Amino acid sequence: MAISAIFFLDIKGRIIIFRDYRGDVSPKYAEKFMSKINEMEEAGKLSPVIYDDGVTYLYLQVSNLYLLAVTRTNVNACSTLVFLHRVVDVFRHYFQELEEESLRDNFVIVYELLDEVMDFGYPQFTEAKILAEYIKTDAYKMEATVKPPMAVTNAVSWRMEGIRHKKNEVFLDVVESVNLLVSSTGQVVLSEVVGVLKMRAYLSGMPECKLGLNDKVLFESQGRTSKQKAVELEDIKFHQCVRLARFENDRTISFIPPDGAFDLMTYRISQNIKPLIMVECSVEKPSRSRTEYLVKARSQFKERSQANTVEIMLPLPADAISPTMKCTQGSAAYVPEKSALVWTIKSFPGGKEYSLRCHFGLPSVEAEDEGKGKMPPIKVKFEIPFFTVSGVQVRYLKVIEKSGYQALPWVRYITTSGNYEIRMV
Amino acid sequence: MSDGKYFSTTKRGEIHELKEELRSLDRPKKKDAVKKVIAAMTVGKDVSMLFPDVVNCMQTDDLELKKLVYLYLINYAKTQPDLAIMAVNTFVKDSQDPNPLIRALAVRTMGCIRVDKITEYLCDPLQRCLKDDDPYVRKTAAICVAKLYDINPELVEDRGFLDMLREMLSDANPMVVANALAALQEIQELAGSGGKDLLQMTSQTLNKLLAALNECTEWGQVFILDSLAAYDTRDPRDAEKIAERVLPRLQHVNSAVVLSAVKVILRCMDVVALGPGGGEETIKGWSKKMAPPLVTLLASEPEVQYVALRNINLIVQRRPAILANEVKVFFCKYNDPLYVKMEKLEIMIRLASDKNIDQVLLELKEYAQEVDVDFVRKSVRAIGRCAVALEKATERCINVLLELIQTKVSYVVQEAIIVIKDIFRRYPNQYESIIATLCDNLDSLDEPEAKSSMIWIIGEYAERIDNADELLEAFLETFPEETAMVQLQLLTATVKLFLKKPTESAQKMISAVLSCATNETDNPDLRDRAYIYWRLLSTDPEAAKDVVLAEKPVIADDSSTLDPSLLEQLVSRYLATVAAVYHRPPETFVSRQRMAVTRAEELGSRKFEEDDGATPGTMVSDNNAAAAAGAAAAAVGDLLDLSDASPVPVPPAAAVGAAAATRGLDDLLGGLDLGGPTIRSSIPHIHPAAAAADPFAALANSSPAPISLGISPAALSQLPVLLANPGGVSVQGRLVRQGGQAVYQLALRNDTLAPVDGLMIQTNRNSFGLSPASQVLAVSAPGGVIPPGGLAPVRVPLLVDPSKVTPPPLNTGLQVALRTNQVGVLYFNDTVPLSALTEETGTMEAADFLAAWKTLPPEASTRLPLAVPSAEVAKQRLAAANLFVLAHRQVPATSQDAIYATCRITAGGVGQVLLELKFVAGAGGVDVSVKAERQDVAQLVFDGLPAVLLGAA
Repeated sequence: MAISAIFFLDIKGRIIIFRDYRGDVSPKYAEKFMSKINEMEEAGKLSPVIYDDGVTYLYLQVSNLYLLAVTRTNVNACSTLVFLHRVVDVFRHYFQELEEESLRDNFVIVYELLDEVMDFGYPQFTEAKILAEYIKTDAYKMEATVKPPMAVTNAVSWRMEGIRHKKNEVFLDVVESVNLLVSSTGQVVLSEVVGVLKMRAYLSGMPECKLGLNDKVLFESQGRTSKQKAVELEDIKFHQCVRLARFENDRTISFIPPDGAFDLMTYRISQNIKPLIMVECSVEKPSRSRTEYLVKARSQFKERSQANTVEIMLPLPADAISPTMKCTQGSAAYVPEKSALVWTIKSFPGGKEYSLRCHFGLPSVEAEDEGKGKMPPIKVKFEIPFFTVSGVQVRYLKVIEKSGYQALPWVRYITTSGNYEIRMV
Repeated sequence: MSDGKYFSTTKRGEIHELKEELRSLDRPKKKDAVKKVIAAMTVGKDVSMLFPDVVNCMQTDDLELKKLVYLYLINYAKTQPDLAIMAVNTFVKDSQDPNPLIRALAVRTMGCIRVDKITEYLCDPLQRCLKDDDPYVRKTAAICVAKLYDINPELVEDRGFLDMLREMLSDANPMVVANALAALQEIQELAGSGGKDLLQMTSQTLNKLLAALNECTEWGQVFILDSLAAYDTRDPRDAEKIAERVLPRLQHVNSAVVLSAVKVILRCMDVVALGPGGGEETIKGWSKKMAPPLVTLLASEPEVQYVALRNINLIVQRRPAILANEVKVFFCKYNDPLYVKMEKLEIMIRLASDKNIDQVLLELKEYAQEVDVDFVRKSVRAIGRCAVALEKATERCINVLLELIQTKVSYVVQEAIIVIKDIFRRYPNQYESIIATLCDNLDSLDEPEAKSSMIWIIGEYAERIDNADELLEAFLETFPEETAMVQLQLLTATVKLFLKKPTESAQKMISAVLSCATNETDNPDLRDRAYIYWRLLSTDPEAAKDVVLAEKPVIADDSSTLDPSLLEQLVSRYLATVAAVYHRPPETFVSRQRMAVTRAEELGSRKFEEDDGATPGTMVSDNNAAAAAGAAAAAVGDLLDLSDASPVPVPPAAAVGAAAATRGLDDLLGGLDLGGPTIRSSIPHIHPAAAAADPFAALANSSPAPISLGISPAALSQLPVLLANPGGVSVQGRLVRQGGQAVYQLALRNDTLAPVDGLMIQTNRNSFGLSPASQVLAVSAPGGVIPPGGLAPVRVPLLVDPSKVTPPPLNTGLQVALRTNQVGVLYFNDTVPLSALTEETGTMEAADFLAAWKTLPPEASTRLPLAVPSAEVAKQRLAAANLFVLAHRQVPATSQDAIYATCRITAGGVGQVLLELKFVAGAGGVDVSVKAERQDVAQLVFDGLPAVLLGAA
């Protein structure tokens, strides 16, 4: 069933703007929303789907706003929340920043968009680029005969017809981010690679594209022997332009791309990976009021590769006094607002080890508080260009358009840190 | 250029100024004025008085201006229904505009204006737009049909819009297909599950939907997948076909598409499992494909993750194999929001097994040392729950708990002690060696639950703790100040100690506790328990031992485990929906209201629990509307618009009398005939002219012969009172089955000072279509007149009138209106007993019974707490109520009696009902399982059976 209304509330819960789709949940309910979530939060039961007095509230918080959908029916909760995120994307596309001021400054457009993305509580259309074709921000640009683009209802709802580019080019970035969790004893608890193929397509007409990867399943089905290293991609998700049924049939990735930048596909690999950069931190307490960190950072990838802008964030106690540090490479600084020590290394070649020493004091009177929990984990950020952990390779990217132009594909590889955490002792 | 400035005008005389500007001939000025009006509307100011002026701006070529005026109309048309008609012409014109954007806009907006007068004008434009050349207009028109149905369902049916929607399912455009499907689904739900099957899902439509699935937008895909999950197939080949086509959707980037696809596949699994060989291989294959996408859902935004986790929790319970090896992905990240961490913990506990428990424990221990107190507590509890669930791992769990106790963090210690108590209960006499360690931490206990857990441990193991008496004594010092929970536990523990170690100090303690608990407390639970112990100890200490030290049943971890039938429903029908997030069936929270009714919402706020018994899509809150109307005594027609709502408020007789007196019987009964779910607004529906021409003209001529009730006057006064009205006309009576039909045995008592005549009766629409054969009451009194103080018996045969059947769910409520010339109209509510419905010829062959038992949908079961003397008596009583007993056997091993019976109810389309009754020996109770074609029949039987079995019928 469907959503009754969508509200934009400010951080105090006051209504900024709303669109009522069904008339069965009055704005009064939105006014009660804030006190309800405060009550839930106090009880430690806050969640993004809450119930009160016959009404279900589904909401997100974006910068200084709440985006709230209400219903009295058994609506599809997953679809509703994804939809709200899409609405945020659409608004960001229009106003760059989604916040109280931008909503007020553009309230006419906001109403128009809310009328178009949803009808009678059913999500309709959330492709910002296509919406921008017939709902324009500048009223004066509006021509007399604006028509809904074919794309709105077409099978190809993400691309306009008749696009022209002087130079036909495709850029493909293979970005892999490594999520890693290492226990305080140095064991890898969790490791996975999330890959994204980011495409920027500047192609004319309606180009048919075909992408070839060194996909293990495909190679096996074609009976190819492993001349080339093949990769087992665990869970692949495609942009809606990719023909899923075709992929299911013969693992061919074929599509008509949207114009401009988009994520063509994502995949996940949860094989065990050796931490690319390993950080060990030993803590010594020579006296009650002195603590010393000895930190070692080791790069565990091939020597010809190199990690850039490595940032290691070491947590310090909130009440640490005057930390001093010395490191063999890069620079380190104390960031009190994050209660952390940030160690930056501009370039970190493979197979190297650097170390850092840090002393700090603690107040001699120990705070007697409840929150004497463990320290947060060490976080590491880095980028390794021209390298993928998984070994994924783009074998070809064919572009066929009926005008017969030649398109140039450009491919880049990069590995970055995702949620990369090492627990403190 | 920023529109923000429009919000800043707040000076006096603003409205007047706006009026001027709206009338201006200068177009930019006019548009600015409309923007100001909308800005005022946005901040919640009432600008409805500008209605005529704003509507005058509607005829314009400026699309932006038009949209703003339309927006204004949607908001204020309700408040100015008469003026809204002014807009109709422009709407009709716009719906024929050459620009499809404007055509669609007109149809979309018209549907949102919920003014009765406008809806009639909506039909022609809508009909045109449903056939429009442009798919954008068609997809908008499809949704508009659902809007119209919400306002005026008859109109939709009369104009054939439903057929047009069905045709649209074969539209060439996938978006049109998806929206037509969404509209049909909505209408189906509004009409109730027993309504006609609107979708009429044939294999042909199925193929079209599956084809459209590949082509339409992500939201369209969600509509289609959700309707596929509702599609009821029992053919494993069908299911396999659907699943094969849906599997590629798991690769979609939109989490909603993925989760809805998972739902369809899980449902197909259930069907395939019925097929040859249980479809084992197929299910295994699908499960393997489903795991990675489910894991990937955890990489989505935290809100979506939360919904995914709540759903995965259900999937893990229903099909544990799918994610059995994935426990690691549910490990919590440091920065996960608390609500995500809590859900991950639940799933970790469910997936914990002997294989992975070491890893899980390491994690839980880690979490137990984090900062957030709620999360830490839950993590400690999780360790305890793992111990209770996994016998082989208990020792390891206990070791982790002991390590945590060493941290001396107060809330960690307390939580650990609470779970250790549970572990002791689960595995008695195995781990008591750790008691000493626990006793070292008594000082840090300040929470009632932890305290009472520790006290329980001391009492339970008093004989092994050398200084148990000292420990308890320490607690006893603060006895009067403790919470009830701790006091009760202290009382019991002291008694245990005394029974196990009857030392002098124990004796002193016990007398102190008992006197304190009996004299100085006002908590009845505590006092009563103390008295019982006192009495036991003073009369028979051995008996006290038997009672207090009795062996306890073993516990299991069933927290947050769902009932299997609810689980099945949530997984294969409601996955991804709010119901699956709450882990509750939809009828407990859905409170859908009809649009016209919403204005009455101030009159009664509704609570979660009150909604029980409502079904999705039924208009539960009609109750409110009815109450409102009743209070105002506005119109009798409204009172009777209650249709299928169960708890019917009996209107104050005086108010009703007054209202009815002014309107007369014809109005009332006209209203009655019209009343029911087909009427969808609270606007009075009384059409005196139509009602006057109603069946009554004909009835007036008929002169029914008086029929006696066939029961003695003494028995007459034994009839249940249906309406007590001291000083007025009272009604007693009962519905029974006589001569193959339901008959109302009524007795009317006239306590007024004057004779009463002109008696007529009518029933409101009900689940069984019961309606009197004759509306004129054949009172067995001279001249049909009841003298003052007289008691007149009446026999009213009831016929089944299919046109009076309300849509499901079944409801045994029956509303009756009784009319007299002297005291106006009386109302009463009755319930239809099961025995009045079951038919005399409703038996079947035992072999057919067996066959039917296998083919019917799964049974619904409940335990009725009834004391039936014996199975034989029950059989007699069942037979007397036309419930035909086909077999009676003893359940092996349990010596329970099982009876198999059947009955048939044609009224209301209930059909053949199959029953299994098991008499629970000793406890006094009957387990009843019911199978029938319709799912709502079970409740009818559960409600009706007690009266039958107790011989009350």
